[in-house]
Amino acid sequence: MATKSLKARKSALSNTEKQLDVLSNSIFKAGVLPTFKQKLHAHQIEEIKPNVLQVLQINMGYMCNQVCAHCHVDAGPDRKEMMSRQTLQQCLTVMQTEKIETVDLTGGAPEMHPDFRWFIQEIRTQTSVQEIIVRSNLTILLANKKYYDLPDFFAEHRVHIVSSLPFYKRNKTDRQRGSGVFDTSIKALQKLNATGYGKPDSSLILDLVYNPSGAFLPGDQKALEEDFKKALLNDFGIEFNQLFALANLPISRFLDYLIASENFEEYMTALVEAFNPVAAKNVMCTNTLSVSWEGYLFDCDFNQMLDLKVDTAHPHISQFNSQLLQKRKIQISQHCYGCTAGAGSSCQGSIA
Amino acid sequence: MKKEYYNPEDLKKFGEISKWNKELGDRFFEYYNKVFEEGALTAREKSLIALAVAHVVQCPYCIDAYTKDGLQRGIENEEMMEAVHVGAAIKGGAVLVHGVQMMNRHDQLSM
Ligand code: SF4
Ligand code: SF4
Repeated sequence: MATKSLKARKSALSNTEKQLDVLSNSIFKAGVLPTFKQKLHAHQIEEIKPNVLQVLQINMGYMCNQVCAHCHVDAGPDRKEMMSRQTLQQCLTVMQTEKIETVDLTGGAPEMHPDFRWFIQEIRTQTSVQEIIVRSNLTILLANKKYYDLPDFFAEHRVHIVSSLPFYKRNKTDRQRGSGVFDTSIKALQKLNATGYGKPDSSLILDLVYNPSGAFLPGDQKALEEDFKKALLNDFGIEFNQLFALANLPISRFLDYLIASENFEEYMTALVEAFNPVAAKNVMCTNTLSVSWEGYLFDCDFNQMLDLKVDTAHPHISQFNSQLLQKRKIQISQHCYGCTAGAGSSCQGSIA
Repeated sequence: MKKEYYNPEDLKKFGEISKWNKELGDRFFEYYNKVFEEGALTAREKSLIALAVAHVVQCPYCIDAYTKDGLQRGIENEEMMEAVHVGAAIKGGAVLVHGVQMMNRHDQLSM
């Protein structure tokens, strides 16, 4: 498993134009598969439109203690990009003026940002934001002494934790996220449980995210949740609230993997075949805006990684204009198929 | 005539068999989908049975489909391989148990 980001490896795919090129040409140009736009039209969906803005997702920086094989951010210890205090302040202003309900902090590992705790305290004291989500990779909570008390800090500020655990067994987890990640994640989950997170009678929410470790789509979310709950409770005494089974989007390191393993066409075909028009109407970009470490605005974190800024005259948080943003056209490409894939279902999917 | 008897692309065209006989095709697929629904056996258990049978009947399409199905359901490789061994054991056993027929026939014909 690689220990460096695509950027540090100087891979051609660290260039976002190259990624967009792969997504627009190949089988899509040849007409073998419909483009995302064509697929929407075939289902009488003219375009994906922004709804009421509820969530501000803030990418605090690309630094991470892990270098997961599937990472769409191309994060890692070698990524130094971090949001400045000034930009964090601008985010706080937007939270107040726009009456944002939910703030979703992501990265990299957002906990590694030097202003991480300050920022959460400011959100709690200076704004009327109801929910703060932190996307925690779990291992960071045990990576250094300075993070050991984070579970208590999270509990005190009523942070909703959403964590990735690719599987309830060691092998698949370590193959996707690096050796030792599983054992450390288990310890971190036990620590969070001990703080009251994920317990049935507690209001402290701990959700897990499952991404398949390979070129296949996630199965039925409910069934996977049951399997995860049973295995984690029996083997490690761990409890959690919900499991979200999400498909990997074909960008950045996952795209690199798909191409290197010669799975790109098959995977894209599976995504296209699993297109679910109902899902298309409720994709994340309809109620979310994503902010990059530099303060630019994007329709979602995926578009951020493809450098597809919001299609307005003022794409920066310092010039936030809700009216213009509300009328914007969401930037789509073939990676969007990853958001609209219904539950994958073997050859039944292709014969139904 | 193409060079191979089997083409992975043909799996996607499975549904097209209804084109030449809609009624029977439709009934088959309706039956097929019903069989794999959660019942007295879980959909997960059925997927493993399907994988074992796929190997016994040596259908490359089904092996492809049910390996992928297993991965999507979070079925582990150890479980998949055990299922294949169950298929192999039954198939091997079925060959060997006919040895009794051979022995019977042999003894009947021999002095
Ligand atoms: S997937 Fe998450 S934990 Fe893994 S490298 Fe990317 S940001 Fe870090
Ligand atoms: S990838 Fe982003 S823009 Fe595309 S559908 Fe998903 S959330 Fe919307």
